[in-house]
Amino acid sequence: MLHIYCPHCCEYREEEEFHAKGQAHIVRPLDPDACTDQEWGEFMYFRKNPRGIHHELWVHAAGCRKFFNVTRNTQTYEIKEVYKVGEKPTIVAE
Amino acid sequence: MTQKNRLMSGGRINRSKPLSFTYNDKQYSGYEGDTLASALLANGVDIIGRSFKYSRPRGIVAAGAEEPNAVMQIGATEATQTPNVRATQQELYPGLVCGATNGWPNVDNDLMGLVGKIGGKAMPPGFYYKTFMYPKSMWETYESYIRKAAGLGRSPNEYDVDIYDKMNQHCDVLVVGAGPAGLSAALVAAKAGARVILADEQNEFGGSLLSSRETLDGKPATEWVNSVVEELSTFENVALMPRSTVNGYHDHNFLTIHERCTDHIADRAPNGQVRQRYHRVRAKWVVLATGAHERPLVYGNNDVPGCMQASAVSTYINRYGVVPGNELVLMTTNDNAYHTALDWHDAGRKVMAIVDTRKNPSGALIEEARNRGINVMVGSGVIEVQGSKRVTSVSVAPLNEDGSRVTGSVIKIGADTVASSGGWSPVVHLSCHTGSRPVWKDEALGFVPGSTVQNQFTAGAINGEYSTEGALGQGVESANDVLKALGLDAVSIALPDTDEPAQSESMALYHVPHTKPTSQAPKQFVDYQNDVTAAGIELACREGFESIEHVKRYTAMGFGTDQGKLGNINGMAIAAKMLNQSIPETGTTIFRPNYTPVTFGAIVGRDCGELFDPMRYTAMHAWHEERGAEYEDVGQWKRPWYFPLKGESMQDALNRECLATRESVGILDASTLGKIDIQGKDAREFLGRVYTNAWAKLAVGKCRYGLMCGEDGMVFDDGVTSCLGENHFLMTTTSGGAAHVLEWLELYHQTEWPEMEVYFTSVTDHWATMTIAGPNSRKLLEELTDYDVSSENFGYMDWKKMTIAGVPARVFRISFTGELSYEINVQANYGLHVWKALFEHEDKYNLTPYGTETMHILRAEKGFIIAGQDTDGSVHPFDLGMPWAVSMKKPFSFIGKRGMQREDCVRPDRKQLVGLKTTDPNIVLPEGAQGVFDPNAPIPMPMVGHVTSSYWSANLNRSVAMGFVKGGSERMGEKVYYPLVDGRTVEAEICSPVFLDPKGERQHV
Amino acid sequence: MSDTAVETPNVMVMNQLPSSEIVGESPLHHADLASAAATKNEGGVHLRENALQGFLTLRLNPENKDLLASANAVLGLELPTKPLSSVTEGATTARWMSPDEWLISVPGEAAFDLETAFQEKVDGHFSLVNSSGGVTTLVVSGEHVVEMLKKSVPYDFHISEFPAGKVVSTLFAKSSAVIRRLDEQAFELIIRRSFADYIWLWIQDASREYGLVIKND
Repeated sequence: MLHIYCPHCCEYREEEEFHAKGQAHIVRPLDPDACTDQEWGEFMYFRKNPRGIHHELWVHAAGCRKFFNVTRNTQTYEIKEVYKVGEKPTIVAE
Repeated sequence: MTQKNRLMSGGRINRSKPLSFTYNDKQYSGYEGDTLASALLANGVDIIGRSFKYSRPRGIVAAGAEEPNAVMQIGATEATQTPNVRATQQELYPGLVCGATNGWPNVDNDLMGLVGKIGGKAMPPGFYYKTFMYPKSMWETYESYIRKAAGLGRSPNEYDVDIYDKMNQHCDVLVVGAGPAGLSAALVAAKAGARVILADEQNEFGGSLLSSRETLDGKPATEWVNSVVEELSTFENVALMPRSTVNGYHDHNFLTIHERCTDHIADRAPNGQVRQRYHRVRAKWVVLATGAHERPLVYGNNDVPGCMQASAVSTYINRYGVVPGNELVLMTTNDNAYHTALDWHDAGRKVMAIVDTRKNPSGALIEEARNRGINVMVGSGVIEVQGSKRVTSVSVAPLNEDGSRVTGSVIKIGADTVASSGGWSPVVHLSCHTGSRPVWKDEALGFVPGSTVQNQFTAGAINGEYSTEGALGQGVESANDVLKALGLDAVSIALPDTDEPAQSESMALYHVPHTKPTSQAPKQFVDYQNDVTAAGIELACREGFESIEHVKRYTAMGFGTDQGKLGNINGMAIAAKMLNQSIPETGTTIFRPNYTPVTFGAIVGRDCGELFDPMRYTAMHAWHEERGAEYEDVGQWKRPWYFPLKGESMQDALNRECLATRESVGILDASTLGKIDIQGKDAREFLGRVYTNAWAKLAVGKCRYGLMCGEDGMVFDDGVTSCLGENHFLMTTTSGGAAHVLEWLELYHQTEWPEMEVYFTSVTDHWATMTIAGPNSRKLLEELTDYDVSSENFGYMDWKKMTIAGVPARVFRISFTGELSYEINVQANYGLHVWKALFEHEDKYNLTPYGTETMHILRAEKGFIIAGQDTDGSVHPFDLGMPWAVSMKKPFSFIGKRGMQREDCVRPDRKQLVGLKTTDPNIVLPEGAQGVFDPNAPIPMPMVGHVTSSYWSANLNRSVAMGFVKGGSERMGEKVYYPLVDGRTVEAEICSPVFLDPKGERQHV
Repeated sequence: MSDTAVETPNVMVMNQLPSSEIVGESPLHHADLASAAATKNEGGVHLRENALQGFLTLRLNPENKDLLASANAVLGLELPTKPLSSVTEGATTARWMSPDEWLISVPGEAAFDLETAFQEKVDGHFSLVNSSGGVTTLVVSGEHVVEMLKKSVPYDFHISEFPAGKVVSTLFAKSSAVIRRLDEQAFELIIRRSFADYIWLWIQDASREYGLVIKND
């Protein structure tokens, strides 16, 4: 059970208020029609599965309903930082 | 039976409150303040169970959570049966009924014990796997017998009558354990004003202090305990939780506590009271003051009843006034256990010998023993005991310096009790739950908590600090560490003076050697609960298991409810020796939640019965109830399924509802449809991006059906969206998909297109929606409104604002049945009013309420899909035969467009949704049936698609079905066959899914 | 119908209430709280339904100061921009739900007027949606109200973390609620219509050991 700081509500909330939405920073191609099947497949299906630092998209589903990013260590489950959509992480894997 | 082992005085029991209880159908008596274990020992009950694998008689070994053998089935009635209760943790209450959980026909004479005896040598680790592996098909037969023979209690066969619940807790610091370290930590944190929870699994606070004769400030230690507890109870910021086991330590300092609120009072909770409560604690900081378990030594036949932990013997004497035998032999590697011999002697029973494995022990405690005339045998070990149902004598032999070998002749001493101590094992279980690996600490001869990412401190014996003085000091220290982290000022408290004698060095010994090699010596048990022996571990090592994790899994050491509390360290030490490694090199396995078993009642809490899952109701639900509706669960909604009249079968009701709707008018409660209000100047553009069809030209006052796809091009929801204003739309979704669709819209708005000016607001619950459908629906509507609802003024796919039965309404002329149909929306507080007003005209128009099943039939007659029934996440709009709902020409590449153009999505032989007309019109295909083109093909036949929707149509007087067929859209008129499980093969013709009114004339009137 | 709305071509608002002869039925109408109120008057948890209030969801970007000011002017209060706070002026309360969302309560009959005023007087990108029929309000109070809530909600109800006036949208058992503390021992729960019966059953069950007293409006 993670304890997650919501950057919009500005406080910690229980994990059950949130939904995990997978890897963060998956950008939809600006011109999907110009993508090859392989490019589209990679956008659609290919995700990282790192041991250690990982950037994830979460939504405060039972609270403010805002999406935001979480940098989490997948091994220790430590949350290193949270940041709003559109922002860049300050902590990244080496 | 008399309490033959009860002392005349002493202990923390209430002698003025005798209690009677039943164990294995026999009546016994004990006192208030007893545990079940202390009461059984007081009554001289030696055997409390049979061992798991060898079915050997077993007695009580310990006095707390680490007890491996005395696992009881408790409960006076069928409904209150509770398995897996440790007798050492169960407080005695009047009328308690319990029994041993294994042993057949009974624990004293167990038939499986013979197998254990005869087969003993033949049952090494892996015995069951190796023996019962062949033939493979027989495994299930073997398994049921093996499990019956093993037996670890049973669950009740009746509904549990008691109330359980959960509570969410928050605190600055959770102190786990209320021994000397925990008490001093809690007091410091409390004085600083922190929010403190102090939890302890026992009925009283005090931990080790409750069981010893030591003094604090010259007075009995319990006086200090009482004064601290009293002071703590005056703080508003402190919650004291006795009888509360912290069972799990999870990520981000989330811990679970299992509180047994009334388990000490009676078989059932008193009326209205909660029996057990599961606390879900989010603690800013945790202080683990969980203490240590004494480690018994491993020697031959060390499981014969009468073999006990030394500290447990002291606990029974000092805390419960029970001496669990007459003649004691104490074996120890350390000074501390001498207390047990002194306690025994001072209780007036005979200490036959103290067998000290060290060559030259010295110090105050040794002197005290000698002064009492106790025979201290140094440099020796108990290598085995004799006796079957109780120890009768012990064999003592001299050992070499490091205790690895017997060096001289064996002598026998008569005794009925052997207390042993190999030192202490810190209780690191909780610290391991979050993945922290314990580290070996030489001076403590035990594993202590390793580094952790949790906000956690540790104090006392868990750190290998076994003295009371040290524990008190570490409690204060850890609490001040917490205060510093919380930004609070440090607090000092006066600590009491202790009277602990100085202790000399302990010896690192785990496994006492025998004159015979381990494999031939009498069984030397390491893990009692799982029947793991020293020989078994050695065998595992010889068979090539080198990782301690593998040794554990091969032997089952530390499995199950025991979690290796007594045995693990001894097991690691034996494995290390076999592998020629040090203990830290071998390492340790780690422990999992839960520390001790938690009842299902506590885990379930209030989430059972009618509260198991929310049942969502519409504003018209009370009416449906009155009409005797049968319900269908749609998501969490309770939707009327059909409305049977008296004596009607389900099919009778459906036929009646279907015919009435197509002949006159039917009504459906459609309030459960998801509804999302969409506003903003970019609302229209947004719709164009999330739906597959075009929205640019939808005029105010018009409605349009849309399909929603994922980026993979696969349909996941559908519904009608209406243009309320130039920048204002009302989207409807499927009943089950509403929350998902709203989150989907927000996801794209917030992450991909935040520049778009659009807001989404759920209005699902705000509107009550009722659909009237059928040729007379217009006439019915006219009865209740002055508005001109003629076809000229109110056309198909229009919506209008009007007043119905006095209530302002939005009415949408859309149709899911193919009939003239109106969807009336009113503010939900007035839903029932309007619904009832419609029913004032029931007789005139044969207004017939219908449920979801009739809705499904009517739409299937028209070939309309249901997202989630006719779609499964793997079909795109073209597969569904709905190219009209896709606009490839839209300038923006809408969600799903690229996905549905991938190579695999444009194959001509994809499965496509088609109508299925059975050759025999009376056969209704089962949904899910798989089709084949050639029913005579050899098995496995190539399968070409499954039936998604199938019903009896009363209107067409035949069955109707839809399903997927490979290349189906090019196979109109061809046959497809459905071989069914009952042996029949049903032939069907591939046809258009529109079975009724293909030109759509009925809804355009 | 007294439909006097000024209809901009862009957004449609309508008076959704009938004349007062037609009595609305709140989501807990079927529970007949009035009868329950007559039966018992002692217990550790008190419950009252504040039925048929007007609720509106307001969305706008408060960084647009002109827009915020005109919204404030229509509402007659300052929309709270501090997370999880609320502001009450007279019969109107605005609850912060999200950086660009507020849940506003007014007397039931005032909702349409507010919607109309917003369409007339507020210019810019906003949305104001009437959701009065979709929710109801329970006021729970009493000596053991915090214990009852701790059984139901994962949030910390300690007064230091949850002072009066604070608004928390969170889970309530397996449903959800917008919770506002009114005073030390009183809370307002705004719950969804379709879940109202579940929450009503839940509160009865969770309050059983303390005794539940139903209060009349």
